[in-house]
Amino acid sequence: MRLDIEGVTVEAAKTRLVEDIRLTVDSGTFVGLVGPNGSGKSTLLRCVYRALRPAGGAVRLDGDDVHALDPRAAARSLAALPQESSAEFDFTVAEVVAMGRLPHRGRTAAHDRAVCADAMARTGVAHLAERGFLALSGGEKQRVLIARALAQQPRVLVLDEPTNHLDIAHQLDVLSLVRASGLTVLAALHDLNLAAAHCGLLYVIDGGRVVASGPPHDVLQPALLAEVFGVRAHPVRHPGTGAVQLLFDLLP
Amino acid sequence: MRRRATPSRTPLLPVLLGLSFLLLASLLGGVGLGAAGLGWAEVLWYLWAGLTGGTVHADDVAAYTIVWEIRLPRVVLGAVVGAGLAAVGVAVQAMVRNALADPFVLGISSGAAVGANAVILLGAFASLGVWALSVSAFASALAAMALVYAVARSPHGLTPLRLILTGTALAYGFEAVTTVMVFGAARGEAARSAMMWLLGSLGGATWAQVPLVAVTVAAGWVWLRLRAEPLNALAMGDETSSALGVRPARLRRDLFLVTAAVTGTVVAVSGAVGFVGLMVPHVVRMLVGADHRRVLAVAPLAGAVLLVWADVLSRLLLAPAELPVGVITAVVGVPAFLLLMRRGGYAFGGR
Repeated sequence: MRLDIEGVTVEAAKTRLVEDIRLTVDSGTFVGLVGPNGSGKSTLLRCVYRALRPAGGAVRLDGDDVHALDPRAAARSLAALPQESSAEFDFTVAEVVAMGRLPHRGRTAAHDRAVCADAMARTGVAHLAERGFLALSGGEKQRVLIARALAQQPRVLVLDEPTNHLDIAHQLDVLSLVRASGLTVLAALHDLNLAAAHCGLLYVIDGGRVVASGPPHDVLQPALLAEVFGVRAHPVRHPGTGAVQLLFDLLP
Repeated sequence: MRRRATPSRTPLLPVLLGLSFLLLASLLGGVGLGAAGLGWAEVLWYLWAGLTGGTVHADDVAAYTIVWEIRLPRVVLGAVVGAGLAAVGVAVQAMVRNALADPFVLGISSGAAVGANAVILLGAFASLGVWALSVSAFASALAAMALVYAVARSPHGLTPLRLILTGTALAYGFEAVTTVMVFGAARGEAARSAMMWLLGSLGGATWAQVPLVAVTVAAGWVWLRLRAEPLNALAMGDETSSALGVRPARLRRDLFLVTAAVTGTVVAVSGAVGFVGLMVPHVVRMLVGADHRRVLAVAPLAGAVLLVWADVLSRLLLAPAELPVGVITAVVGVPAFLLLMRRGGYAFGGR
């Protein structure tokens, strides 16, 4: 399923957080959003998973405006991992994953169980099913939330900095899980090397606008990184794999 | 506090059956125990006579009246009030995403207290007769609800923190009004009645009150139970709810109206019985887990059982005088609650 963001604008307290952003995620591709803190990535993603209604523009799934769709119908097509963690209620992992079934109609308990079991098996959290979600490690929590998103059986997945607070192994693990899902993915990422390695296409956002887009290595050029992030970047070839990695210093 | 990695999940059916049986036994116990010293055989006979429309001997009319017109409505009302407070407590905790919340955190009961005390202390609405207290309490609960809603609203809808802060702040205001009325009242006995109402009492229960409260509580419970899954999503966070197809702002507004209406109705007949709406949801979660489909199935039964017994104790401990039932729920509830909390690895609002 194809995701189009058409001229989305978000205003809060008379300032424009997001201004006329246009981007497209083709069916089955993994598109990354990068940009400094406060650039509007999360705000844009909140418009996509309908936590926020944009002041202008539209978010379309295969041409249908998600804000005009019935909320549950939209949730059947699009799942999200928001960047929030509430810790008031001690749900088990199985219960958290089962929440992914909420938007579906005509459900039976047996089918729900099968879908959730499959989602948990795919993300490797089946053995945690009866554990309390709050007692899990950060990496386990993200896997469980991905399982919940998969239990939603969506065709598009939106991730807001899914690798935050994770060690390097878990960062790689979470992104390869997402890639293996085969869904259309739009993700905000902080780590530029990670973004370059996993995304087919990158959009660089600064001050609420798209300032560059394209394949990662065309986009992540030292001049742009100096302007947007205020850092000096050195492209270096990985001695083993040959992939280009970026090393960073502060600008002199 | 250390937390066990595996929260307890007792199977639902045995819990429900056990509690239903316990509630039935509690209702019987509540009718059978009392200061008048009627024997069990007598009590059962009057109950049977009342249910089947049998005849009661003229000499026994006084005893029959005690059982059928005084104790039974009181016990039934206690069960209904307990069920309502427990169900509303569950919903309010999810609505404001706070483990410390209870049905009274929204200021509704403090608002109702203003109306109730206007009747008790100032003799307002005397033309309404025996209904004056309930009507006035309910009307002022509705006014409090409208006020809290109007103040707590923001362009982002009702946010959890705003709701709690508004409710708590306005509750202080309402309590100040009540206090002024209590201290301004000339009669000492009236101040005692006011105190009784503030701590909750089922002493004024009549059959006439039961249907309206029972219907409101039942309707509120059904409404909440149908939204158990959206409540789960809301408990995880507003953004998660949106991503799952639940509109958090709208759900929270509806929840506010429903919980406030049920709280107002319950408080109008029983006063502000504390602790049931805070403790029962937690105890039930310790038992069956956090999933609202399970919690909302069990909590009303547990609340009903607790309040029936608390009311029995409130009648018996200082008989023939009565204690406010809210005192008993606290005296019995606090140690039981602390014990459970220390023993289980239950998570209260995170680590």
